[in-house]
Amino acid sequence: MSVFEGFRFRHVSSPIHNRDPRIKFVFVIALFVVAILFTEFIPLLVLFFLPLPFVWVAGVRRQWLRSLRGALFLAMFIFVFNFVFGYLYKSYPSTSSLLEYSLAMFLRFLVLVESFSVFFLTTSPDHLSLALEQTRVPYEFTFAFTTAVRFVPVLAEEAQTIMDAQKARGLELERGNFLKRVRNYIPILIPLIVSAIRRSLELAEAMESRAWGVTPKRTNLYVLKIKLGDVVLLALSIVLLVVGIYVRYFVPIPQLSTFLPPLPF
Amino acid sequence: MAATLRLSVIEIKGLTYSYPGANKPSLQDVNLTVEKGEFAILTGPSGCGKTTLCRCFNGLIPHFYSGELKGALKVAGLSVSERSTGEMAKHVGLVFQNPENQLFALSVEKDVAFGLENLGMSRKQMRERVNWALKMTEIEDLRDRAPHELSGGQQQRVAIASVLAMQPEIIVFDEPTSFLDPLAAQRIFEVISQLNKQLGITVILVEHRLDLAAKYASHVLIMDEGKIVLDGPPRDIFNSERAWLLGVGIPKAVRLWRLLEEAGVDLKGTPVSSEEAIQYLKEALWR
Amino acid sequence: MALIEVKDVFFTYQAGVEALKGVSLQIRDGEFVAIMGQNGAGKTTLVKNFNGLLKPTKGEVLVDGVSTRDVSVAKLARTVGFVFQNPDHQLFSETVEEEIAFALRNFGFEASAIEKRVTWAVNLLDLVDYRKTSPFMLSGGERKRVALASVLAWDPKVVILDEPTIGQDYRQKENLRQFIVQLNEQGKTVVVVTHDVEFVAECNPRVILMKEGKILADGKAKQILTNTSLALDASIVPPQISQIFQGLSFLGFPSDVIDVSEAKNLLVDRLRELRS
Repeated sequence: MSVFEGFRFRHVSSPIHNRDPRIKFVFVIALFVVAILFTEFIPLLVLFFLPLPFVWVAGVRRQWLRSLRGALFLAMFIFVFNFVFGYLYKSYPSTSSLLEYSLAMFLRFLVLVESFSVFFLTTSPDHLSLALEQTRVPYEFTFAFTTAVRFVPVLAEEAQTIMDAQKARGLELERGNFLKRVRNYIPILIPLIVSAIRRSLELAEAMESRAWGVTPKRTNLYVLKIKLGDVVLLALSIVLLVVGIYVRYFVPIPQLSTFLPPLPF
Repeated sequence: MAATLRLSVIEIKGLTYSYPGANKPSLQDVNLTVEKGEFAILTGPSGCGKTTLCRCFNGLIPHFYSGELKGALKVAGLSVSERSTGEMAKHVGLVFQNPENQLFALSVEKDVAFGLENLGMSRKQMRERVNWALKMTEIEDLRDRAPHELSGGQQQRVAIASVLAMQPEIIVFDEPTSFLDPLAAQRIFEVISQLNKQLGITVILVEHRLDLAAKYASHVLIMDEGKIVLDGPPRDIFNSERAWLLGVGIPKAVRLWRLLEEAGVDLKGTPVSSEEAIQYLKEALWR
Repeated sequence: MALIEVKDVFFTYQAGVEALKGVSLQIRDGEFVAIMGQNGAGKTTLVKNFNGLLKPTKGEVLVDGVSTRDVSVAKLARTVGFVFQNPDHQLFSETVEEEIAFALRNFGFEASAIEKRVTWAVNLLDLVDYRKTSPFMLSGGERKRVALASVLAWDPKVVILDEPTIGQDYRQKENLRQFIVQLNEQGKTVVVVTHDVEFVAECNPRVILMKEGKILADGKAKQILTNTSLALDASIVPPQISQIFQGLSFLGFPSDVIDVSEAKNLLVDRLRELRS
């Protein structure tokens, strides 16, 4: 189950990984907001390349590229969808402007995916849960999140064991038509669900036994401190937002067609 | 000669309990006393009620599990039915069978602090307690590790540390070594014994593997069908006929002694460990 | 010809852990083998290669002369039954009957044959009263019996039991031991993966001792469990009787004693000698 590899606890230290997740999130939101402001190709292209230095410094190039590859399919769909409908309903003055618009939407989607991907790739689950604990989010939700992440590898392993156990009783998961294949997953799902319920009960017992819910004012072993790097990132986010708004409303943005030779259509 | 005044930390009289919807009580008129600093082993055939009794010690029964609880149950001087599990948690710790399902956090340190965080302890005090608990269970080097990366034995030690951090007077262990191999089990028993000897924590250990655990105990309780049927020092219990009939995991050394007795050889003492058996046999065979 | 042949097998998990580092062994039809070693030594990885759940990264495993790479797990399972450690990883049916019939249906047995085999299995494992009960309503020990019944029902040549004694009380272990010995006496090849030395000491099967993905020793339980240096190397705790006789070896007693009765006899004879 390689998709769960990403949940494995990784002790990575980089100027980006070490940033307070709350500030990182502010930056991502700023990027998100500015991306939504524009429908022109050039500013979106700039925004697309903006997180690249962060990706490079954090050393997550490979995973970042992989996440983009995953989003590519949907991004292509957005491009085609916009282009085809725009063409059919003749909502644009020229084909080249329509092309630019569709490309811009394509890019915008990628920018959105990319910004969140950078966030999650540079924030380990425990760092994230710590940040959540220090916000106004009620502890129950943070705890649910942390516990869920903690048990993902356990559940993945259990699912594999259950599949093995049933395969060893002659269950063939790869054979049969669609309906049969779906039915074949019942012997996997039921033990998995029953086990999850049992596990929850045991966890609840353990929680109760360790004074869960005794004080509404729960304290914390760690505290996230805002450091210089976080202040810098926060400043960057604000600058990004301000510049973005300024450019959007006060600076004329050249069309892509001015840079390209005239197109045949 | 002045009699030693021993404080009893657990006093149970006439305890009867049925799970909701059950047609038969899981505990029937249980009476027992455990004194401060004792290392008591609780054992018995599967289904005898030992796990149910454990849940009574810290208040999971009757607060977490509904159902009718009759009788008097006083633990660490507190009446369990009148105190919440949260309150009891400060005095009685409970370590469960499955190491994986008692660890919630993403790092060992955070897990050990979990109970303390729940109690609203100050950060400075928590730090001290966490460091102390990690030291007592000898897992300081595992401080930053994630629970899923640890072996079963290591996970159980983290569980023990997280209970220990709350500094309870009593710790109940419900079959803590079920999933561990004998060597890891031995190590856990040593840790538990240290807590009992060094810190004076009263220990209640539910175990089947008496061959590994018996040598640490000062008190053995055997249950059957919801009742306590045998209660006394280990050697007396292992010699009683009832224990044999119940099919409890009496250590092989004691079985050997029984067979020797039946063959007409009467050796002194009852060994609860292989070391003791070797000692007694040396005395008998080597002049 | 050996029923199961393991030829210089290496196995590495996807995450990169090398669990088997060159294992070779043969298991004959009708043998009773205990695979022992510390948790993490590679025992379960090894037996999962016997029924094709895992295929060797290097090397070959032959079951009844056929390489496990050439056959599906379902087909191998017909010959090699595997009882997993936790019965809850298998149980999903509405009744015990259905649970036992599951594998039989997968293997294509006829309805009449299924009915006969379910009845046989239910009687064998003392589950007659629970035939129409939901397996989830049963106690832990009963669920283990249902899991065992569901595997024995299709009468595989080999039965592999992964840590069958975990969480069991003395009586249950005794019953299980007698049952396994009986199975073996009736001609089944039995492979037990366990770290329970006392259990193995009472059965005295062939023991394959593993450490860090390799076979450390292969021989009779009596020889292997009483070898102190081996036990130390493999991080296993020798049976109590063996420990006692190791401590008395300077008195001239044989060192390979693991059975309580044998121990008694040796001691009684020695004491009689001393008295005369």
